[in-house]
Amino acid sequence: MKSMGATQDEYYRGVRMVPYDLVKELFLALAGVGVLALLAALILSSPDVAPVTIANWAQSDSIDFVTTATNELAGSTTSAAYGNPYNTVGPGQSWGPVAPQKWFGTRIPVDSANAFVIQPLQRASFSNTDLGKALFAWQGASADQQGKWLDTYSKALASATVVDGKVTVADGDYGPLPVMMSNLLGIAQAGSLDGLLVINGRFYQTDYTQPLLFMGDGGYLAGLAADAHLTGSLWGMMNETGSYPGQTWLWLYTMWYQVPPFTSSSGFLGLNSANADLGIIILMTLLTAALALVPLIPILRDIPRWVPIHRLIWRQYYAPRKAAAKT
Amino acid sequence: MAATSSHEGAVATESKSWTLRLRQMIDRHLPMDHLLPDRQPYYVGSWVYVFGVVTIAALVWVVVSGVVLSFFGPQWWHDSRVGRFFNGLHFWSVQLFFIFMVLHLWGQYFMAGWRNGRAATWMIGVVIFAVSILTAFTGYMSQQNFDAQFIAINAKDAMNAAGVGAFFNVLNFGQMYGLHIMLLPIGVTILVVLHIVMVRTRGVVKPIDPEGGVRP
Repeated sequence: MKSMGATQDEYYRGVRMVPYDLVKELFLALAGVGVLALLAALILSSPDVAPVTIANWAQSDSIDFVTTATNELAGSTTSAAYGNPYNTVGPGQSWGPVAPQKWFGTRIPVDSANAFVIQPLQRASFSNTDLGKALFAWQGASADQQGKWLDTYSKALASATVVDGKVTVADGDYGPLPVMMSNLLGIAQAGSLDGLLVINGRFYQTDYTQPLLFMGDGGYLAGLAADAHLTGSLWGMMNETGSYPGQTWLWLYTMWYQVPPFTSSSGFLGLNSANADLGIIILMTLLTAALALVPLIPILRDIPRWVPIHRLIWRQYYAPRKAAAKT
Repeated sequence: MAATSSHEGAVATESKSWTLRLRQMIDRHLPMDHLLPDRQPYYVGSWVYVFGVVTIAALVWVVVSGVVLSFFGPQWWHDSRVGRFFNGLHFWSVQLFFIFMVLHLWGQYFMAGWRNGRAATWMIGVVIFAVSILTAFTGYMSQQNFDAQFIAINAKDAMNAAGVGAFFNVLNFGQMYGLHIMLLPIGVTILVVLHIVMVRTRGVVKPIDPEGGVRP
């Protein structure tokens, strides 16, 4: 068999050639695939569950909203303690010396407490004297005092009630927090916080980093995702709302999140649930490289020779040889 | 004598001509009867050979429907029945594209399609698969619906852990949309054209010889 460097004419010398209409095949394929896609589009349409807004969140689950905003001030939310690329609070994921999350620094700075709570309130305090006083009191208080207010208010929120869209907690010493949170909730319920977090001092904007991080810190969006069977424990990334197929081609990537060592806290060779994202990305990069290099990897490249699927594909070619071997 | 000298000068100039060299190289490696052959070896009769061409056909539908969607803007299909139809066409073309591409990939694997100097064709094919996944990923985040929100919030952790998130911000709709409708589709298309040229240059691989190997 001619190998590398041979021209097509040399390669096919002695092989019987038959008529083949490549262009007709392409047009038939275009028509066939077009009909399939067209019918699917007409009959099945496509998924389009409306996005969640901060206004939806504040209206539907006011306590979760206020609790999340309070936790932003306390610095205890996911985004507040995330690490790079948003801030340097958390260590980020690493595997021994491999810590790419740290390598590129804080390229997308987000100060959760200021961005999601303080700055929107400052903008709203322009024509709101009570809110202005509350913010002044908050910013004038010591960190220790702020911590005490946050601690008692967070505990009180556990048994909070919602009356006429307002979150009510038992009486206590919460400092200016009830006024601040009541105003933030009002701004959010009216839809203004959606705008404030996106616009962020500009007019044109297409970056939703801040509102998505804020909503990701809360439990409302995650709860809706769990109801729609989208969460990670249910092979999250390859799911889509309704019965529509999602990114099914990510099945292998998603599968690793369901098996040890990526589900285990103790793990194996330093890979565990705490650095699962990094471990799985490294693993998938290696597997993709291996797929590309299959022609150079013994055993992997030999499997097609051992598995007789090629005999089905080229049965015309092998049939006379088989018959000749029998006689 | 002057005429001869002039002719020799012209030949010397031609031999240095980049245009002529390029044309000669194309003629040598990919003459038209190789690019658009009307005859194929008799063993090219299996349905497996169809998976490649239907993948290309699905890609054409993906691009056509995507061009219509991008012309009217990312909000259009949420508010218009025609827009919703074109989004459906885009969505299902993508699903078909991946189904056919995976079948093509498995078909080529079991045919050891990398033999006889075709390793680079296989490798480019795998790169097309990877870039297509990235393109579809940015598409899912450009949907501007609940799925896009959920995928972005979850995907950021993997991107950030890998350090990629510092440059590839999945929460930034503008960045995802720009990549999805411009750079990545151009990348996929160029790679697919390169893949096809490589396939047509060498022709389809011969059946596996029982006594032969499966080395590239």
